[in-house]
Amino acid sequence: MKSWTRREFGGLTGGAVLTALRPRRARSQAKAKVAVIGGGVGGATVARYLASGTAPVEVTLVEPSGLYSTCFFSNLYLAGLRSFESLTHGYETLRRQYGIAVVHDSAEMIDPVAKIVGLSSGAKLSYDRVVLAPGIAFQDRAIDGYDAAAMEIMPHAWKAGAQTKLLRKQLQSMEDGGVFVLVVPPDPFRCPPAPYERASLVASYFQRHKPRSKILVLDAKSTFTGQDLFQDAWQRYYPGMIEWLPAEFTGGVKAVDVKARSVITAEETFKAAVANVIPAQKAGHLAQQMGLADRSGWCPVDPVTFESTLQPSIHLVGDAIIAGDMPKSAFSANSQAKACAFVLASVLTGSSRSTPHLFNSCYTFLAPDDAWSNAISYKPLAGTIRTAHASISKVDESSEMRRRAAGEAEGWYDAFTRDVFG
Amino acid sequence: MSTPTPRVQVPRTAVKGEIIKIKALIEHKMETGLRRDSSGEVIPRKIINQFVCRYGDEVVFSVDLNEAVAANPYFEFYLRATTSGRLDFVWKEDGGRVFALKHDLLVG
Repeated sequence: MKSWTRREFGGLTGGAVLTALRPRRARSQAKAKVAVIGGGVGGATVARYLASGTAPVEVTLVEPSGLYSTCFFSNLYLAGLRSFESLTHGYETLRRQYGIAVVHDSAEMIDPVAKIVGLSSGAKLSYDRVVLAPGIAFQDRAIDGYDAAAMEIMPHAWKAGAQTKLLRKQLQSMEDGGVFVLVVPPDPFRCPPAPYERASLVASYFQRHKPRSKILVLDAKSTFTGQDLFQDAWQRYYPGMIEWLPAEFTGGVKAVDVKARSVITAEETFKAAVANVIPAQKAGHLAQQMGLADRSGWCPVDPVTFESTLQPSIHLVGDAIIAGDMPKSAFSANSQAKACAFVLASVLTGSSRSTPHLFNSCYTFLAPDDAWSNAISYKPLAGTIRTAHASISKVDESSEMRRRAAGEAEGWYDAFTRDVFG
Repeated sequence: MSTPTPRVQVPRTAVKGEIIKIKALIEHKMETGLRRDSSGEVIPRKIINQFVCRYGDEVVFSVDLNEAVAANPYFEFYLRATTSGRLDFVWKEDGGRVFALKHDLLVG
């Protein structure tokens, strides 16, 4: 890692920041500058809530991509139930309506002493406060042979975009009777129920278009989120189609053979028509590079202020952080981001602040017209975040209730993405 | 109607006298008979109540299961390979349904 010193930044603080980075909204010298790195759900929410509040701030959002596609609901796209465009959002409203300076660039480093973010283009961004929402990266060499080239043949499709489209294309061109092998990573990973939702929705697609096909789920775990709900649905909707093998049976996925299109476990080799390998995960690259992640690969934070405990002047939200009982989900990221934005606003204005209330709410599809939901509240407790109240769907709910939940999920998506991207 | 899927893992070949590991898994809900559905009716018990492994004609592993056994019962056990022959695996479900797998073991 290249270390940046004050000297290298000499004369760059303050006035040298590119004028192009300034928001359009009328500004005064007194305004505090907040840099938000990462334009996913966590980052976009922090930026929006800070910019729309009463605190006098100039918010800059740094995100290399001009468009963001949501991982959540992308399983519906894989099953042909939603267009990719409907999952894709831009930053125009954040820019126009909220005056956020959206910079399409990558942050390469942060100098927390000089309070400067260095961008790939060479531009420097000075700040009073910085928030990172770095998302996830994949652990290297967790599965032998699964490298960048292998991902083009056995997609992970765990960051929405080209990978998701590739997997959809492979599922579409797969012959009826093929085996779709889905490799599920060890905890913790982005969106705990999502691999099993993927199995469910791909099964619904197979049932409609390739009814002789099979799905084999090779898990790194012995149990999983919502297992009773999923296995009940798999038996009711897709009898004999989905087979789930726990870690103790296979001994875990050790390697892939891209040429043979096979997945190799400690005990057996499974041949796949289509393989979806979701690797073990860790906090995003910038967090790793800046020493914000601990030995677990994830970032410890203060559960009230969302400041890194390893580098207290840097705030972190979203999938990259260790958030106690909160799962790595878009809704969690959004909730943490709001709490973090309120903390920043109170710090910048000197106003008092209260303990955050944190939430997660998700809808998970078992079939196109059957979804289960959870709604959980959390609070900071003894240095971490603990569940306060939980409401989760049960196995024997009526089909009417589930159909209603599937309908509500569509409304949830629209309201939620509007909350994030404006 | 549930469709439990049984699966076993056994080596194809073994040296005479070798101790081999066997894994047997069946995807099964293991409905305990202690729950009620949304209309208040008791959901009848339906569990895998017995699992048996035969090596040739001899029962080498057998277990009776009760309500407290979790979903997807999984067994791992060891067997001394003495002679080439067939391994039969049988799971019995409440109500009389039977699920079975067989495996030929070559002992050299």
